Amino acid sequence: MEGEEEKKWMKSYLLPEFIIERNEDRCIKCKVCERQCAFETHRYDEELDRMFSNEESCVGCQRCAVFCPTNALTVKPNQSAYRPNYSWTGERISDLTKQAETGAVLLTGSGNDRPYPIYWEHLLLNASQVTNPSIDPLREPMELRTFLGRKPDMLEAELMDDGEVRISTEMPPNVMVKTPILFSALSYGAISYQAFKSLAMAASEYGTLFNTGEGGLPKDLRKEYGKNAIVQCASGRFGVDLEYLNCSAAVEIKIGQGAKPGIGGHLPGEKVSCLIAETRMIPAGTDALSPAPQHDIYSIEDLSALIYALKEATNYEKPVSVKIAAVHNSAAIASGMVRAGADIIALDGLRGGTGAAPKMIRDNVGIPIELAISSVDERLREEGIRNRCSILAAGGMRCSADVVKAIALGADAVYIGTAALIAMGCTLCQKCYTGKCNWGICTQDPYLAKRINPDIASRRLTNLLRAWSMEIKEMLGGMGINAIESLRGNRDHLRGVGLQEWELEVLGVKGAGE
Amino acid sequence: MLREENEMVIDASGLTYKELNGLIRDRALSGAEKIFLRNVYGQRYIGTRLYSLTQTQNSSKPGTRIEIEVWGTPGNDLGAFLDGHRVVVHGNAQDGVGNTMNDGEIVVEGRAGDITGMSMRGGEVFIRDGVGYRGAVHMKEYLNKRPLLVIGGTAQDFLGEYMAGGVVVLLGLNATHSANFIGTGMHGGVIYIKGKVGKHQLGKEVGTFSLNEKDKKILEDCVGKFTEHFDVGIDQKDILHGDFIKILPVSKRPYGRVYTY
Repeated sequence: MEGEEEKKWMKSYLLPEFIIERNEDRCIKCKVCERQCAFETHRYDEELDRMFSNEESCVGCQRCAVFCPTNALTVKPNQSAYRPNYSWTGERISDLTKQAETGAVLLTGSGNDRPYPIYWEHLLLNASQVTNPSIDPLREPMELRTFLGRKPDMLEAELMDDGEVRISTEMPPNVMVKTPILFSALSYGAISYQAFKSLAMAASEYGTLFNTGEGGLPKDLRKEYGKNAIVQCASGRFGVDLEYLNCSAAVEIKIGQGAKPGIGGHLPGEKVSCLIAETRMIPAGTDALSPAPQHDIYSIEDLSALIYALKEATNYEKPVSVKIAAVHNSAAIASGMVRAGADIIALDGLRGGTGAAPKMIRDNVGIPIELAISSVDERLREEGIRNRCSILAAGGMRCSADVVKAIALGADAVYIGTAALIAMGCTLCQKCYTGKCNWGICTQDPYLAKRINPDIASRRLTNLLRAWSMEIKEMLGGMGINAIESLRGNRDHLRGVGLQEWELEVLGVKGAGE
Repeated sequence: MLREENEMVIDASGLTYKELNGLIRDRALSGAEKIFLRNVYGQRYIGTRLYSLTQTQNSSKPGTRIEIEVWGTPGNDLGAFLDGHRVVVHGNAQDGVGNTMNDGEIVVEGRAGDITGMSMRGGEVFIRDGVGYRGAVHMKEYLNKRPLLVIGGTAQDFLGEYMAGGVVVLLGLNATHSANFIGTGMHGGVIYIKGKVGKHQLGKEVGTFSLNEKDKKILEDCVGKFTEHFDVGIDQKDILHGDFIKILPVSKRPYGRVYTY
């Protein structure tokens, strides 16, 4: 990082964020911790025959603690750092200190960790009692398949001479997923090839989709995994060519991202390896800048022009998604997007993750996804155009109940990013931007990246999809519903607790007991 | 006008772009290699829907390169995502010529609008007259895929903004350069300009340099192709004669020291 330059001549006043306790009786000096830590926190001293830890560099990712064969290590937050102060918390003091030492913008990774209301925790699901009996998904069919894309305004059918009925309405392209859970955009470049491939393998294995993000799709993955890929076309247009667009299940125009609405991306040159260069079609070692706006989109009409350019480029065979960050006017923007020709609207909420974002943006811009889903769904219904698009909700789905609630609020399906990363090993240390991910996920260092074995990581991901899908069926059955589409926008199955009048109104749900 | 079996004329009058591009695709799939479009009136995306021609399963001759000649005025995104085909316009073009183009050639016997050559990553675009704002924005290159945009006249503001690779040549024929913010955020590629450009017209991420032998060779080549495509009343030698400047990014990392540790 650039700040390192300043560090050389100025004493840093930062306190360690974590305390490492090593049980010397248990430590067998095997040096696993030393090898596992890319931040060089652990060190073996030959003369003293002892392991030492440099706590200043510890990020609390728990890699060493997990891999220590004798459980000799405990890594815990440094609680007692400063005098407790409600306003000037330890985090505020250390952030300010960092800026005084570097004169630079605070950078962070993962999603917003501030205590904004999490509406999932204030929504409760319904279940059948006595009337409308519940359904046991273990014994009765339960439909989770979801079709993503535009549905026609009406269906016209013709009765043929041979008695067959033929649908004469031209059907817009739709993509079927076996469960309403897709993997969010995680670009190759932000994450390692191994992690990227694991997502592709899991999506293909389970019958759902992964999203390439804006870093392109490596050529060797196109044939096998293209049909399970949503390929992104973002402001950088990295690796966007006709083969990339046409090998996909769907194309997504990325306008914004929940973790950093309104700003672009920046993959630093040192991460642009040879294979990333080839995938993004830029020289190795140069910065990959994704500007904040798309330079050909300054209006809804311009967005429409790009949507139809992509439809032309794919011979009208792929649904086109448009992804925006959930912001104040999402509902009106979404209406414009649908009218511009978007077949799928992807909404990414306040708690959406990222490989790197300025901390002030991540922590302070956008709105919670729960409110965005309901306001967009409501608006599109009011305007009679809800059928013209599918809604994909992203940003903070932590468990299958969150997925069920998102669908009941009006989403067709959800994107999971952070949850998928955790399935592969991520512990949310938020140091993704350093490129030193000890779990081999958010790094381009071959030594670290090979820690992800795609066979194993994809298995962990399919296990997650399987587990959540079973739980979703269980919850649906409890409500007496046997198809996920009967839940979509079915807010009667939700009740709010601990919410104010305006929140209930925006969410379109009644209070519990009502 | 048709000389060969594989030549075809389409009258674009009254057709939507979807219909017109569908027809072009059908004709190309059934063997046409040269397609003349008459009465083009703002139809967008000409040349975009020709992907499957390069694919074996859809074509008897994979890798076929189609040539499209346009009479009239094509709409926005002419040759967007173009992949190896050739489009010639006998007239002006609108915005987005060669948007995210991968390979092939576009020749415009007139002027073109905004974002000409935006995000181009390969192929060549020749514009006889001037272009609008944000030309060559975020053009990029990889190994031997080096896009080329040659403009006979001049360009408006933000030429080469965010440019990450490729070659832009601005010949300044019958024009003075009034564009500002040239090369703002540029971090790769090169812009050659003939004629006067003040320092205040350049973005702060670029600097001007004089030409070396390699540059002269590139320019000779580009101008040679330009004079082959267009009759502008001056020959290659006269165009090449005179002062060119070369604009390069001063840093591959224009945005360093932005973030803390």
